[in-house]
Amino acid sequence: MTINEIQDEIIEEFELFDDWEGKYEYIIDLGKKLPKLSDEFKIEDNIIKGCQSIVWLHAYKQDGKLYFEADSEAIIVKGLVSMLVKVMTNHTPEEILKSDLYFIDKVGLASHLAQTRSNGLASMVKQMRSYAVAYQAKEN
Amino acid sequence: MSVLDINKIRQDFPILDEKVNGRDLVYFDNAATTQKPFVVLEALANYYGHYNANIHRGIHFLAEKATSAFEDSRSAIQKFLNAAHKEEIIFTYGTTDGINLVAQTYGRKFLKEGDEIIISTLEHHSNIVPWQMLCEEKGCVLRVIPIDDKGDLILEAYEKMLSEKTKFVSVVHVSNALGTINDVKFIIDKAHEVGAKVLIDGAQASSHITIDVQTLDADFYAFSAHKLFGPTGMGVLYGKSDILNAMPPYRGGGEMIKEVTFEKTTYNELPYKFEAGTPNIADVVAVKFAIDYINDLGKENIAAYEDELLKYATEQLSEIGGLRIVGKAKEKVSVVSFVLNGIHPQDVGVILDQQGIAIRTGHHCTQPLMNRLGLPGTSRASFAVYNTTDEIDKLVAGIHKVKKMVL
Ligand SMILES: Cc1ncc(COP(=O)(O)O)c(C=O)c1O
Repeated sequence: MTINEIQDEIIEEFELFDDWEGKYEYIIDLGKKLPKLSDEFKIEDNIIKGCQSIVWLHAYKQDGKLYFEADSEAIIVKGLVSMLVKVMTNHTPEEILKSDLYFIDKVGLASHLAQTRSNGLASMVKQMRSYAVAYQAKEN
Repeated sequence: MSVLDINKIRQDFPILDEKVNGRDLVYFDNAATTQKPFVVLEALANYYGHYNANIHRGIHFLAEKATSAFEDSRSAIQKFLNAAHKEEIIFTYGTTDGINLVAQTYGRKFLKEGDEIIISTLEHHSNIVPWQMLCEEKGCVLRVIPIDDKGDLILEAYEKMLSEKTKFVSVVHVSNALGTINDVKFIIDKAHEVGAKVLIDGAQASSHITIDVQTLDADFYAFSAHKLFGPTGMGVLYGKSDILNAMPPYRGGGEMIKEVTFEKTTYNELPYKFEAGTPNIADVVAVKFAIDYINDLGKENIAAYEDELLKYATEQLSEIGGLRIVGKAKEKVSVVSFVLNGIHPQDVGVILDQQGIAIRTGHHCTQPLMNRLGLPGTSRASFAVYNTTDEIDKLVAGIHKVKKMVL
């Protein structure tokens, strides 16, 4: 699936919820289902600088595509992180750099991605893109 | 029952009518900043609308009116702190600014290598970092008063720490993270016995406790207007006049000089020596209205009512399974920090926010304290005089919802 197809799928899933509770319960559920990041990757270098909860992002490349794994101490952030990983993982650096992450806005979670939120999500997206830039540079 | 009419007080604060996420706002982040009553908002509009002018310079009508309002605020603050002299009141932009002023002027002039500065485990970063910077520059040693598990300072340890090497003690009056009220009188007296000077960080105390700098015998006392219903970006540093006089100026510029030639500048007298440049006139003018507002309600009445809220909240929150209150000091202001078993504070904050309830989560700018407590952070509800027990009930219901959703 392309990045946009995955985003559209998430948007569709969120259309089922008509109140904040359903939405957040779903996000919490996603957080609980996200496989734990193995301890070897929970290192200082993988920590996304957010303010309140620690978020780890591990990236690797295989067959020209980038893969992401992530984790967080806080369950809601973990759920949000899990969606970002789902959208961004398993794509080429070019696709990642070209992507426009509209799903966050569409599902009504834009405030969570704002720079003013001290949850590090905006920094996480930035970090994903800079991995893409770094891998691209290595190739060329 | 309080002698205050809380419903009437609530009407003085327009922001309390706001809706957040479709709910009535419950504002429990008062330790971060308090909301502003109409009288303060009107004072700001009135100043800009009717007598905005630069002060201490012009001889025209507006300049004199602005200057006199500005200086009226100084007198109001002098009374508020019971300072002996009006010129002991220095306007700053906040607590942080006041502490930096003292570290950078008194500290740089009078402290030297090997001298010891004592702070406490309860300090806000703004009463840690300026002293660390000074220690780095001067080779001073920073020592830290420990706390017990309840969040009280261990004063015996403090007494043992004191020696002729101790040159400065800088301690928080009331902890923003735990609400602990420190026995600053004792701390000051003991420091004076070894000849050390003392600064009290009054950021959290100023709105809850009656402050008398002469009885305390504090050498310096710093606070921020925004924590006592006043504007942001305005604060006060009190200092004893003989000490302030002995200190070099902080920033150079207009207002703080007596005479300037290219060869030499002589400095202005107190308090102007420490108020370089055009000050924050509007906010200084408005803070008097905040102080008058507090005085009209009566600080003892406010404290008594806030104490009721604290007791009620402590009882109600203690009944929630898996909730542990962090900070059970002997004396506390209306701040309740807590952790929920198996739930990260950030999740508590996000889900309460969805219900219109504003609390603070995280380390509260007290990372060393959180490390001491072995916590990544806490959730903190802090109450002001316009809060109600009904709102506390909403918080309790909100926390039950957090548990239901996350666990
Ligand atoms: C105990 C304490 N000290 C210092 C400060 C810093 O105050 P300001 O940010 O207004 O300078 C605060 C504010 O959070 C505080 O609670």
